[in-house]
Order: sequence, then structure tokens, then C-alpha cells
Amino acid sequence: MLITCPYCGPRDLAEFSYQGDANRTRPDPASTDPEAWNAYVYDRANTAGDHREYWQHSGGCRVHLAVTRNTLTHEIKDVALARDGAVKKPSARRKTGAKA
Amino acid sequence: MAEYSFLSLLKNAWNGNRDWKPAWRKPDPRPAYDVVIIGGGGHGLSTAYYLAKEHGIANVAVLEKGYLGSGNIGRNTTMIRSNYLLPANQRFYEHSMKLWESLSHDLNYNVMFSQRGCLNLAHSPAQLDDFARRGNAMRHAGIDAELMSREQIRRFVPALDIDFGGRFPVVGGLIQRRAGTARHDAVAWGYARAADRRGVDIIENCEVTGFLRDADRIVGVATTRGEIRAGKVAVAVAGSTGRVMKLAGVDRLPIESHVLQAFVSEGIKPFMDTVVTFGAGHLYVTQSDKGGMVFGGDIDGYNTYAQRGNLPIVEDVMSEMCAMFPGLTRVRLLRSWGGIMDMSMDGSPIITTGPLPGMYLNCGWCYGGFKATPASGWCFAWTIARDEPHPINAPFALDRFHRGILIDEKGQGATPKLH
Amino acid sequence: MSAGRAPSGGRIDRARSIRFTFDGRSYSGHAGDTLASALLANGVSMVARSFKYHRPRGVLSAGVDEPSALVTVLRGKVREPNVPATQIEIFDGLVTESQNRFPSLDFDFGAMNSLAGDLFSAGFYYKTFMGPVIGPLRGTRFWMFCEWFIRRAAGLGRAGHERDPARYERMNAFCDVLVVGSGPAGLAAAKAAAVGGKRVILAEQEPVLGGSAKWSGETIDGIEAAEWASAREAELAGMPDVRLLPRTAVWGYYDGNTLAALERVNDHKADAAPGEPRHRHWTIRAGAVVLATGAFERPLVFPGNDVPGVMLAGAAERYAVEYGVLPGRRIVLFTNNDSTYRAAAALRRAGAAIAAIIDARREISAGARQLAQEAGGELLTGHAVVATSGRKALSGISVQRYDAASEVLSGEPRQIEADCLAVSGGWSPAIHLASQAGQAPQWDERLQAFLPPKPTQNWIGAGAFDGAFTTRETIAEGTAAGATAAGARASRAKPPEVEAPELDAAPAPIFEIKAKGKAFVDLQHDVTAEDVRLAHREGFVSVEHLKRYTTLGMATDQGKTSNVPGLAIMADAAGKSIPEVGTTRFRPPFSSVPLGALAAERHGDLKPERLTPMHDWHVENGARMYTAGLWLRPQIYGLPGETVEQAYVRETRTVRDGVGIVDVSTLGKIAVQGPDAAEFLDRVYTNLFSTLPVNKARYGLMLREEGIAFDDGTTWRLAEHEFLMTTTTANAGKVMQHLEYYLDTVWPELRVHVASVTDQWAGAALSGPKSREVLAACMKGTAVGDDALPFMGIVHGEIADVPVTVCRLSFSGELAYEIYCGAGHGIHVWEALMEAGEPFGIVPYGLEALGTMRIEKGHVTGAEIDGRTTARDLHLDWMLSKRKPFIGSAMMDREGLVAPDRIQLVGVVSLDNRALNGGAHIVEELDPENPRGSVGHVTAACYSPVLGKYIGLALVKGGKARHGTRAHVSDPLRKRFGPVEIVSHHFFDPEGSRMHG
Repeated sequence: MLITCPYCGPRDLAEFSYQGDANRTRPDPASTDPEAWNAYVYDRANTAGDHREYWQHSGGCRVHLAVTRNTLTHEIKDVALARDGAVKKPSARRKTGAKA
Repeated sequence: MAEYSFLSLLKNAWNGNRDWKPAWRKPDPRPAYDVVIIGGGGHGLSTAYYLAKEHGIANVAVLEKGYLGSGNIGRNTTMIRSNYLLPANQRFYEHSMKLWESLSHDLNYNVMFSQRGCLNLAHSPAQLDDFARRGNAMRHAGIDAELMSREQIRRFVPALDIDFGGRFPVVGGLIQRRAGTARHDAVAWGYARAADRRGVDIIENCEVTGFLRDADRIVGVATTRGEIRAGKVAVAVAGSTGRVMKLAGVDRLPIESHVLQAFVSEGIKPFMDTVVTFGAGHLYVTQSDKGGMVFGGDIDGYNTYAQRGNLPIVEDVMSEMCAMFPGLTRVRLLRSWGGIMDMSMDGSPIITTGPLPGMYLNCGWCYGGFKATPASGWCFAWTIARDEPHPINAPFALDRFHRGILIDEKGQGATPKLH
Repeated sequence: MSAGRAPSGGRIDRARSIRFTFDGRSYSGHAGDTLASALLANGVSMVARSFKYHRPRGVLSAGVDEPSALVTVLRGKVREPNVPATQIEIFDGLVTESQNRFPSLDFDFGAMNSLAGDLFSAGFYYKTFMGPVIGPLRGTRFWMFCEWFIRRAAGLGRAGHERDPARYERMNAFCDVLVVGSGPAGLAAAKAAAVGGKRVILAEQEPVLGGSAKWSGETIDGIEAAEWASAREAELAGMPDVRLLPRTAVWGYYDGNTLAALERVNDHKADAAPGEPRHRHWTIRAGAVVLATGAFERPLVFPGNDVPGVMLAGAAERYAVEYGVLPGRRIVLFTNNDSTYRAAAALRRAGAAIAAIIDARREISAGARQLAQEAGGELLTGHAVVATSGRKALSGISVQRYDAASEVLSGEPRQIEADCLAVSGGWSPAIHLASQAGQAPQWDERLQAFLPPKPTQNWIGAGAFDGAFTTRETIAEGTAAGATAAGARASRAKPPEVEAPELDAAPAPIFEIKAKGKAFVDLQHDVTAEDVRLAHREGFVSVEHLKRYTTLGMATDQGKTSNVPGLAIMADAAGKSIPEVGTTRFRPPFSSVPLGALAAERHGDLKPERLTPMHDWHVENGARMYTAGLWLRPQIYGLPGETVEQAYVRETRTVRDGVGIVDVSTLGKIAVQGPDAAEFLDRVYTNLFSTLPVNKARYGLMLREEGIAFDDGTTWRLAEHEFLMTTTTANAGKVMQHLEYYLDTVWPELRVHVASVTDQWAGAALSGPKSREVLAACMKGTAVGDDALPFMGIVHGEIADVPVTVCRLSFSGELAYEIYCGAGHGIHVWEALMEAGEPFGIVPYGLEALGTMRIEKGHVTGAEIDGRTTARDLHLDWMLSKRKPFIGSAMMDREGLVAPDRIQLVGVVSLDNRALNGGAHIVEELDPENPRGSVGHVTAACYSPVLGKYIGLALVKGGKARHGTRAHVSDPLRKRFGPVEIVSHHFFDPEGSRMHG
């Protein structure tokens, strides 16, 4: 499997660490809703087909990538920097605990 | 159908082996059963067998989408052990071990359970203490375990490089002597034949395409061979759990599907007489009766439903093999294959009623499914028959994740690739 | 007479004689011979014994598909079992031996298995050996007793225990086009791709390029095919971007057009050139792949088809043409297709007598008929071989009239004398790599063969692989495939003229001649046609069941010659078509690969060693080194005659009374920098770091998201926006990844950068009541008194002219300092500290003393933070800030994590004055005979010099409530039982007055 790192180019699977399902959203940290937290931590869609997931280029630039990959064929459909896909709320930057 | 024995073998050999009958029938599905079990692998078949044997429920169909035993029952490295640390696992796997010990007689089928021992190598005093903790936990639960010294290990496994080239000298090990290996396919076939003899219908090439519902309740399945109604529907499809449960509208489970590669070398004369695991990496090795070295390591470590892996793991595993057994560098890898594991969030399985009314779920076996085959079926049959778990499988509930009552043998948390 | 060298012919070098041994006997061959051709040339027909019945086996094929002729190659004491003789190039001094026989190949006790005949039918072992239900052999014992014998009878060659001195190498390659196979199709493809200027790799598993051109005897563009191939090879070798890889088998087709190949670099040489690896494991990433892997001939199945002397017709042809070897002097050929006639003519030309050509078909093509005439001998169409004679070497055959449509044999069997029977049942394209990379193959009715599936990766097929069996088609396909793979337009150059007999590529659908006697399908595993039918009778019909039940196709050759005949026999028994029975999915490797080659450079060097900057000093100063993950760390610095315990007790006492120094460079160190660094740390640690002043450090605890303790360590605030985080040695990588994950995926808005600096800083901890004096003595110009450097304070300064950062923190519980400097200066600073400490009696101390002092202090490490314990279990709940959420805060109060019966950290004191063991369990009632009732376990233990007792830390159910009570250690594994008192885990100086002093 080859993953094309936006910084480093196409690199072998061996350079990457799988960092799991990227379809989950971390609940508001101030929230104590157990269902939301449990779902975030434990429950997975485990899709058979196109799956959005995180890979870290741990043997390279160490950036996390959001990869769309088919779990039936291993074909990689899309690679983006994880940061670009993560939700940004810059206004809340300095306020403790206000981030999702 | 005739009993298998040396006598029947002789008699049939005399007749040119013309009188053997099919090991199990190939019935067409009937319109309805008391219980329909989805999944004709080891766990589904053993569940059917124990439903008939222990609970008198023989109006049972086992549905298999491909050929019987096409999943992980025929793809594992055949190791059987109950050398667990945590009490829930100890009770469950030791129950399984006891069933294994009489399984060939029970099924009238030689599953070739060879109690040749399973030796975990320790490479530092701290690791040996950790093994002692586990071994002592086993002994306090009535399970056999012994520590072996470096010298004992040297004599027990002469082919082993006791120093791993000087890099990871073995300081000792933990052995469970009752552990060992069995012939994986024989387990599937033995359960299939024994269940069939008790009246269970085993239906191959019958893929489930949907679930039949009556309001909230699951009342049967739609299949490529027609609709089949059932009082109870049991799902035992580890490796395909996500896909099958989605058909029932269960979109999320505490499971990820990963591929585990397994390897076998060309056959060689007896090279070692036990199962050995490497403690400073991840490698487990045995030798089949045919002579092939059978071994595996880590899962590839990414979500997949494709039954094939990639090269990095192949290279890791071979490196560790050569470090463990320097005499094997010129022995050749014959075959590699992949099986899809239900990797759960704490590394332990799920055997439960639900999650929908009329449904029962058995999944999440991670690496451990083969050795669990008898107890998994035994407990699942109980759970299906009585609509409640047996105390042995009660801890393996689906809600344990949310409640924080985890059975995390490796202490890795909700990172499935690390279990 | 039997097989032997033809007076002339072949591409061997007759001028060069080579001596080799087989089973201790010396033979001679020529350069260019394989072991198989050389043994045949010496008239050796039996070279092996089969797996189950130990029947005599000869050479069936001339290539990688060989199921029978397996031998062991010896290089000194290093053994390489199960090598096909067809794959061994002989060299002077080659030593080989036969295998799976006792005491000798000629007389083998194992052959008695044959007498059991029908008793040892497919799957017999599933039906017996279950043993008695009662008595000493009950349970699994009887089986294990039988298994002992079965295992010894099974297996093939023997592996040794010797370390392999050979070197193995890994190579990564990138190319635009990879061509697999160098027959006419592959050569044409490589050229077509290369003329477009693309980077091309051409891999050929055999030593010489050319494939069928080497023995076809055809003429291409007016020259002999073999010469044409040599010319193409020379042409390719001269092109700058073409790499030719002979002796290189491409065995795996992985994701992303990644292919794995094995190059056998010097197996054919007596001695390795300096630095030369034995094998090279290639990982080739190809833009496009041309699969031109050809086809395997398959035998016909008939009684007695396993006798040495029965050989594939194409192989017989190859031995004659390529090696100048006659596989027999008087040869019969038996076939269902035209290709055999070319072999017959070639064998005749090489000097063999053709006794007969037996064709199961009634009608044959004109081209075949003409070749039959050239070959001479009787042509018996509509006939079949029904038996063979001879045990260790073929002496003759029986033939009967045969009707293919009805499968009826008629007429009296006729005997024909022969020493070689060349058979052909048609050809199976070598679609293995395509099958690995994609879907199920497609059955072709005309060719009676599986053709490759539709590609799911970027490959193009050419030649016999694709079902093209004439050289003309093959070259055209190869040219087109090469051009397409290179992204070029197909060449308009005139295709070469090929002169070849006009033959029909389609065989008759005949796979088995049903007559009396054992007819073998899998020659290595002794699977007979009757075994296949037995499998059918017992319901093992699907191809996978067939394989698994009978072991058909599971041998070292992976069924290259036996899969299709086996399937055909099953299809016939089941009354189905071949594709209905199923197609087998090929898995890597295509041909077996030595484990050492795959280990490559990691053979003999499994994992890197991590050494601290002061490593050499430790070793020079008598440290016993200890493996901790990848690190090597000093365990003790023992004096002559000291036990480990004596050493660590002495080291500990010196620290507690004076001063000691320990290397802490292995601690994970992470630079956390940026305007939001403090906010970030507040989120990842359970306690607050935003309130930490500059130049102060704080002990921090991290949880996993689930609320379980993850890691601990101190983090130092070096500036407003700059922190240095330390982690435990074991978790350094995991913590780093944890931080990066949250920054990249959860909190990308935080302006924080993290960098691992573990290897950039050397660290030493200076501990003991005299540590301040030592520090003051060497850290000139920097105040280190209690005011300037209070507990958890940080100063910067110099030691021996090297800049250092010093933090006053303590793991030992003594007054202590951690001193960091650039890794390159580590040993310099360490020596300066040692020198400054000398007047104070400083000693270096190792992990044992470090562990002893931490146990005395009740500090936790990985033995307690084991991935299952919570902060509360470890009495660290005081660190759980209520002023902010942090990773793990939302989930740490779930019912399972606050249950009253959870284990808790306690101290235990041995009451029988004997050592405690880590891993011992704690029980209330002692019962050494029948251990039970564990309430917890000892996580770490030591002799405490300050207490004068053996103590330990333990995790015990309801721990705190048990303080002051008695319990027992129960350690049946090490037979250590005895009373303990459960106490607080703070054994020593619980107020911390010593480290604050």
C-alpha cells in the first residue's frame, strides 16, 4: 500500500502508523454526557467500503493524514492533512475546556 | 451414519472405501427453524452442536455464505491455551480447555488436540515477573502453569537461539503444559458432522441478505436461498460482524475489522515439540503434524475486510522467526494468508443476548477465536436457549464498554490494533 | 539402458566438468546443468521419496513446478531442505542429499506405509486415533502417542540448528514497467516499454533469459529462437534504463502495485564474492506490470503415473534441447494435445528412440501428424496408458484402446517397453500473481484452463499467461502489452516472422484414465484420484474442502501441476463443470521463499539497540547491562564477588547516606512549544500546568480517554511558551504520538508544536544528601542553594564548560537534581560530576537501586500503571483537577472504574525475613497445595536497606482498608509462600522531608 503524504510524496505503508477511524467527533470536553463519550471512544462504523481514517506519517514528517481508503480493495481514494479536516473554532482558543 | 473408529476404517478399506457417507448432509433450507445461526464457522457450528446436545434444541439451521469453515476456523495458527491473566478470561478459556480435552471423543472425530505446551519467553527479569503474575493468577484459578529456567528452555527447545543473537537473551519463560494445537479444519468438520447427526441442518452457499422483522423483533432472515423464519436468530460471523449487523440496522459496534496474516513453511522433520512465543516482539510458532512451521505475528493494523495483508508485517514476522530459530533461514515460506479479525475495544469477545429482540450476538474474538471455539459455542448455546448468559460469559456483555467494566488483558484500552 | 547424456546438443558447456555429490556419491555434470539434468545425465532416476507412502520419486518437471524431486542442499552444517533438483544449478563441491527416507533412499522403512494402502486414504486420521475413554491413554494421550510417530514419518527434509553465516539483503526498486517473465512475450514487452524511454525491470526466475525460446526449436526472424532471445537480451542489457534480473522470482503481488521478488544471487556459486549477499529480497514498486509468466504443463492421471521415469513431455523436451540430456533411451509419449508432438520430434533429434506416441484423442492435427512422423515410433491415437511397470525406474507401460467421449477402455492391454514416459495433459497459464492481486480466474473451455481474472491493479497480461500459445501471438501480445504499460502507442514495426509447426493449442478435455491401480494427482502428498472421489463421497466437494481434506495442492509445489487435474476429477465425480466446483485463490508466495531472505538485513540484527550517551562509560565501569525495550541500561555496577542484591543494597545505602548518580537519558523528552502550550498541557494532564511559573517543574499524570492511567512524569516550564515534558522510558513513543494525534485531529487550533528530544539530551540524576555539595562543586558561577534552586526549581548554568539545565526533583526521595546537557556532551558532564563527587564518595547506581528507592518511596511505574489501573487505584486522585476538563475526565467516573472491589496500591512487608517476588499473589488464607483466593499481586519487590526488611508494592483489592493487617504471599510458581503485613505504600519518609531539605 502506498500513501501519498502531501509533504513527502508517495510513501510505503511501513512509514505510517494507523491512527484509526476518522468519522468520530470528540464531544465537548465540558460535556459529561456518558452516551456521547462512550460512542466516541468505543463505537465504530467499521465500514466495508470507503472508510475515512487517520494515518500518521510516523516514519517521515509525523503529520496526521485523513485518508479515504476502501476497506475491501485497499484502494486509496483521497489523502488530506488531518488538520484541514478537523473542525476549527479559533475564537475559543484560550478559554479552558471550551473546545470540541 | 456410521461411527468413526479404527474398525470402521479397516472395514471400509476392505471395501475400497466405497461405503463412506457424507460427513454432513446438504439439506435445502426449510421455511422455519427454532434457531437460525448465521455463520458456519467454528463458533456457529459448535453453538448448533451444543444447542442440540445440551439444550435439546435440534430444530436448528446453520447458514454459511460460502463453504463450511471458510472463515477464520480455517485460517488460524491452531493454538489452544488458557494462560490468561484476568479472571473472566481464565474462567472462559479454561472451560474451553476442558471441552477441548474430551472433544475428539465427544464429537467422534479426531480433532488432533495435541497438548504439547505453550511457552512464553521472557527476556528481562521484569518481564519474567510479569509472566509470574499471570502464571500465579492461573494457578490460583486452578489452571496449570510453570516457570521454566533458561536451562530448562534450552533443553526443551534445542532449536531456539536462547540469546536471540545476543540481543534479547532469554531469562526464563512461562509454560502451560496443557496448552497445544489442534487441526483447525477438523474442528469445523467434527462439529458439523456431530451437529448434523443430532438433526441440525447445515446449509452452505446460503448468504444472509437481510433480516425479517415483526415490529422490533427479529423473526428470521432473508437469504440467497429464500426467506427463513426463526424463533431466535444468532449471529456468529466474526470477521463479518460489521457487515451482517448493518443488515439488521446496527450501524456501530465496539469492533474494528483488521487482517491478521498467518504463515506456514514447507514441511520439515520434527523441529520443535511445543508452541513458543517471543517476548520482545510479537511472534508465535508451532509445527504442524505435517511438518510445516506455522506462525504469525501482529495484525497489519488497519481496518480491512480484504483477506490479504501487506509486506511490512511479512518482513517483521520473518525477522523474528530467524532470530528465534537461526536454523530456519534456509527453510522456505510456503504460503501466507489473511483472516479478518473482529478487534474489540478491550481485546475480549462479546457473547450476549440482543442487541435487538430475538437476536443473539457472538463476536469480537480478536486473535483468540480458535481456542475459544468449544466454550464460545457452549456459552452461546446456553445464552440462546435460556435467554440469559451463563455466569461464564456474563462478563462478556456488550454494555461492559460503556459501563467501564472492561476485560483488557493487554491494558491497551480502546485501540483495537494493539490488542 | 536408462537416461543419460546425449552425445551432443544442449546449451551446457561440455568443456567444463563439474563435480558434485548426491547422497554421498560423487557425480559429474557440466556447467549449465541443474541438479536434475545432471542426475538424469548420470542415469539416476530415483531421487526422492513421497510424503505419505514414501514411494520412489523421480524428476517430473524441469522448473519451479517440480513436486517430486526434492533434495536437501548442505553448505557445511547449514541445511537447506526441500529444494527442487530442477532449481539447483550445480557447481564444484555442491553437496546434496535425498530426504524423507530411513535408512536410505534405496531402502526406506517408511515405504511400509504403502502396504496399508486403502487404510491410509484421505482424511483417515480424522476417523481414528481417538483412543480409549478411560485408562492411562484417555483424553488426548493416545492421540499424542500416535502423533509422535506420525510426525516423524511426516515432514520432508530436515532443518538444522546452525546459524546461517550468509548475508541477506533487501532492495527497494522503482520502475515504470516491471515485466515478469522473459520468454518471447516478456522480452518483447520489455523492449517495447524500454524504447519509449521508460525505466524497465525484467525479472526471470531462471538463470538464463528466454523462456520457451530456449528449447522450442522454432525460428524467429530467420534465426534460431534461442539465439533470437540472446540477441534481445543483449539489446536490452545495452539500454540505460533497463535492469535485467535473472534468477529472480516475483512471488508476491501486494497493494499499490508493490511486488515482492527473490533474487538468488549466489546459490549457484561455490563461494560468495566479498560482500555479496546470498539472496536479495526485492520490493518493486511498479507503475505498470506486464505479466508474461507463461504456463505450466500438467500431467495426465492414470495408474502407476508416479514411477520415476514418468515425466512431463515439455520437461523431457527441455532436458534434451537445453541440457543435452536424454531422459530415456526408449521413450513413450502420452498426451491429449498437440504440444507433445514437438517434444517427440525434439527427443528423436537428440538421439532417443521414440517407442510410441499414445494420444487419447482419436483425431489429431496435420501438424502433429507430421511431427509424429519425424519422431518415428508407433502413433496410437484413441489409446491410453493404463498401467506402468517398474518400481524405482520405469521399465514399460500398458496401453489400451480408449474412447474419450465414453471413457471406455477396450481391447487387450498391450505392453510397450520404455524407460521414460513423457506425458502431457495440457497447459495451465501461470496466473498466480494476477490471482493474488485480484479476482477469481476465468475458466476457458477451449483451452481447458483457467485464464487470468480482470485486473484490479495496474497489470497487463501477455503470452501463454493470457492463453496465447503460439510464439507469433505471444510476441505480438508482449509488444502491445509493453507499449501500453509504458503509455506509448503500439509499435507499427512489422512483427517478427516465426517458423513453427502448425499445432492446435486446445487439448482434449481428458484428465484421468480410470483403470485399476493407484493413480496419483498430487505426487508429493500422495493424493490419488480415488482420494479425490472419497472426498466427494464424504461431501468435501468445494475446492477448498477438497484441498484441505485430501491435502491436494498443499505441498511445496502448491499444486502447480496438480490443481487442475484434481478439480477435474472432482468435477467429474460431482457431475459438475470445473468452474462450478470452484477456482482456487492463489496466495503469496508464488514459489516458496527462504525465511532468511525475507528477514534480509535483520537476519542477525533483529532490532536496533538504543544506547545512552554514557553507555561506554557504564560498560567500562563494570555495569551489568539490562534490556529495557530497545534500550540497554545499567542494572548494577557490581564489585567483584558481589551478588546483584549486595550491589544494589550498597548503591542504595550510598545514595541515602551520601551521593549517587544514575543515567536517566532514556526518559522520554518532548519539547512542547507555542503560545498555547500551557493550555495544551492543561488538557492532556490531569493537573494544571498553566499555573506553573517559569523555571519550575511539576509532576503530571495523564489518562487515556477512557479514564485509565496512561503515563506520568515531570514537565518543566522553561519559558512562558516553552515546556520540556518528560515521560516514562517505556511510553516515550506512545505519549509523543498521543500528543501529536490530539494536536492534529482534535485541537488543530492550538498553536503548539511538539518535538521529541529524547535523543538530543543526556540526563543524569544526582541524588543523596550530599548531592548539593557535588553540584555546587562543579557548577561554577550558578547558585544551587535552597533559595536559588528550591524543590522543583530549575536553573541553567555550566558544568565543565558545557551548558546544562538542572531541575531539582527526586525519584529517590533524597535531595536530588536532574542535570541535562546536549547528548554529545553527556559523557563529559557525567565524568565531571563523578570527579566532583569523588571527595564525597559518589557511586554510580543502576536500575536495581533506582527501583529500590522508588519502592521505598511508593512511586509508581509501569508495573503499577499497567493500562488497567486508575488514578484512584494508585492514590493519585489528588492530581485530578476539578477546575478543568482533561483527557479522561469525562469517563473516569464510570461504574466499573469506581467499583469498591477494585485493586489499590499498598505496601507489603515480608514477615518471614525472606525476599518477596514481583508477580507473587496476595491471599488471605494460605494453601500452597491448592492455591486460591488471590486478592492481588506484588508489582515490585526489593530489600530495603533503610528499613532492613524485604518489602514490596502490591495491588490488592480494597487495599487501603487492609493497612496494618496480615496476609500471605502465594507464589506457587516459585514455591514461595509466607506471611506479609499490608502497609501504606509510602514506606520511607512519607512527608518528603529529605527531598525538600
